[in-house]
Amino acid sequence: MFAAAAIALLIALALLLARAVLGPTVFDRLLAANTIGTVAVVLLATIGFLTGRPDFLDLSIVYGLLNIVGTIAVLKFFRHGSLGE
Amino acid sequence: MSAALDIASWILILAGGAFSMIGALGTLRMPDFYTRVHAASLTDIVGSLAILLGLALQAEAALTAVKLAVIALLLFFTSPAATHALVKAARARGVAPLGGEAASKP
Repeated sequence: MFAAAAIALLIALALLLARAVLGPTVFDRLLAANTIGTVAVVLLATIGFLTGRPDFLDLSIVYGLLNIVGTIAVLKFFRHGSLGE
Repeated sequence: MSAALDIASWILILAGGAFSMIGALGTLRMPDFYTRVHAASLTDIVGSLAILLGLALQAEAALTAVKLAVIALLLFFTSPAATHALVKAARARGVAPLGGEAASKP
């Protein structure tokens, strides 16, 4: 069951990666990157259960925190042209 | 009781995997940026929260379930905020919706 979820998440990752490569505008790529981050968080948690090592959940938390900071930073850069104010 | 928990967690995990895949397919196939955002939020919220809840039902230690709840809360609050900021930035930069700029005016 964990393996099925992991395979489904891997397929989702592949599709999102295709959108990130194809995406006509930079916002398409950023949307795909953001969603790839979310899927990676869930995939890490699932792999932790699949291999019986719940330590992977800590990695998931760190990935989630980095994901939001990265997306907001890149967005601010594209919107205002600089990271500071 | 344990069998009922197992069945509930199977249903949640499989549904979450299916929703994640459908959302990613929509992100690839939808015709313009704003409709892609709609499809991607399916993966962001329904898929991830269903899988995390299903995993929490399988957790043996209480700490594992607490960590899963922390991840779920994190995704639940940050992911819509990031999507909102993304769409606002796209609007500010003048990405036109499907059907032209006039279609977005009320």
